Amino acid sequence: MSDLIEIRDLKKIYSAGEEPVAALDGVSLTIDNGEFVAIMGASGSGKSTMLNILGCLDVPTSGSYLLDGIEVARRSRRELAVIRNRKLGFVFQNFNLLPRTSAIENVELPDVYLGRLSHAQRRKRAKDLLERVGLGGRGTHTPAELSGGQQQRVAIARALMNEPPVLFADEPTGNLDTKSSVEIMNLFTELSNEGITIVMVTHEDDIAAYAKRHLVMRDGRLIKDDRRQ
Amino acid sequence: MNLIMIFKVALLAIARNKARSLLTCLGIIVGIAAVIAVLAIGKGASTMMVKEISSMGNNLVMVFPERGRRDAVSAGMGQGQTMTAGDAMAIKRELSHLVSAVSPTVNVTCQMVYQGKNWQSRVSGVSTDMPAIRNWDVGEGRFFSEDEELTYQRVCVIGTTVKANLFGEDDDPIGRTIRIKGMPFKVVGVLEPKGANGWGQDQDDTVMAPYTTVGRVLLRSTFKAINMMNLSLHSMDDLDEAKREITALLRQRHRLADYQDDDFETRDTTEIMNTIGSVSSLMTILLTAVAAISLLVGGIGIMNIMLVSVTERIKEIGLRMAIGATPVNILGQFILEAIVLSTVGGAIGVAVGVGGAKLIGEIQNWPILIEWSSATGAFLFSSFVGLFFGFYPAYRASKLNPIDCLRYE
Repeated sequence: MSDLIEIRDLKKIYSAGEEPVAALDGVSLTIDNGEFVAIMGASGSGKSTMLNILGCLDVPTSGSYLLDGIEVARRSRRELAVIRNRKLGFVFQNFNLLPRTSAIENVELPDVYLGRLSHAQRRKRAKDLLERVGLGGRGTHTPAELSGGQQQRVAIARALMNEPPVLFADEPTGNLDTKSSVEIMNLFTELSNEGITIVMVTHEDDIAAYAKRHLVMRDGRLIKDDRRQ
Repeated sequence: MNLIMIFKVALLAIARNKARSLLTCLGIIVGIAAVIAVLAIGKGASTMMVKEISSMGNNLVMVFPERGRRDAVSAGMGQGQTMTAGDAMAIKRELSHLVSAVSPTVNVTCQMVYQGKNWQSRVSGVSTDMPAIRNWDVGEGRFFSEDEELTYQRVCVIGTTVKANLFGEDDDPIGRTIRIKGMPFKVVGVLEPKGANGWGQDQDDTVMAPYTTVGRVLLRSTFKAINMMNLSLHSMDDLDEAKREITALLRQRHRLADYQDDDFETRDTTEIMNTIGSVSSLMTILLTAVAAISLLVGGIGIMNIMLVSVTERIKEIGLRMAIGATPVNILGQFILEAIVLSTVGGAIGVAVGVGGAKLIGEIQNWPILIEWSSATGAFLFSSFVGLFFGFYPAYRASKLNPIDCLRYE
């Protein structure tokens, strides 16, 4: 398998207070295509910073980050936006769907910015994706009319819209009950089996158990890299 | 992301908050509507005044004696005693190459009686040239003749208002004798109705009689002082030359030495038109200033709401950025939203202004003139206001950091 993500000596230093704080203190790591990775750690361990930088939402202070063979550590905001649009999908703890906007339009959104598909193709793909996550009949529902689990499925469908190689999930089950959590994690497992790379941040062991590789962080450093077969 | 999609997103955002969007537009709506309505009424009024003034007469020049003055008290225009009918006749005789018609005019307000009815009106003593000067013909009967003028005949021509007040509907006034200030005058004609002039004065409330008769019978003056002269020029192109020659002739007739001022004044309609023009352009400038201020206020309102909207939708901004909206996409989205708000406000404002002006014109019976160029200008400017005041909030939105937005509580 080829490396999809390769980071070398990544540092992120916040100098807002009196003393600079290193949220990431020299992390190196590679993630292969098709891996299902859980990043774990206590709050303040740097796992969210890690995910933000991996997700091109933030830039590191130093170090290198190759995504799909391209250096992305020092890119402009516009370039990062384009990379996120084409290569990355996001699933958030609080779903982040556009309010008062139908599920199908929420799913279409990434391609609205990419403009790869025609209007009809885009709508068809959004419908197919909703079908894929088990919400076939709910395309016209707005987020307020959907349960938390259903909203998260819409968010996953949206993340898949532009066929990204990587999916980033930040505590995807944090706001869900146990039953919905299991359903969402089963969906992730299916997607992983289809070959999509998933990088997920969580602090719950039973959720992390779905992933095949555990990265544990503490004080901005990687302290454990545990691959399970 | 193409423009149509950005446009759709902006429209959706506005539609989600209908009441607030309308209130935001209100500043623009009121500003544009007020300016368009007032401008339409003002332009209507000044256009009508210009029309009225040009209907005062053909190539009209008026000459007034100097204002009568006793110590510090001015007796008003036309009350001096320096000008006579002889001056008018001299102008007609000697300046015929410039002046086509001249009428000396003496005005006196009198009580007039016919059988049981009486009415107070202005009697103008004029010459037979008057219908040609004022472009005002008799509708029934005839105007008095030059013979009647020369021989001090007690004849008169009455306006329709006077006719209505002295005679019954079925009465034919021609040939009847009315008493003016107790003196019998034979009615020989009725003037065509002319309506109110630009100042609202009823022009039909008048009686015209030979100036000779009026001077002798009604004023009982042996000295033939007149209130004014009305002259018609062959062409307005000769205005300056005509004024110069009239001034020279009158100065000579009045035996004025070089160091003495003119004891008369000439007026022509171009002066009055210029005055109206400058008043109406001053009004336009003032209104433009008011419009600019109200659009400024409306624009600040839009900026305010857009700033609120950016904060309120900060998670949406974060999400859009996370899934691939570039800073330019976000900038465009919010600017377009502001432009749509202000343009819709401008369009509603134009509609309300035009409708309001027409309604007021209908109710008050005022002339209304809608200048579509100023309406279009106001409309386009309102879009510009949206662009200008929408830029700062949109710029702030585009500079936001997606992580901060997504974490914002």
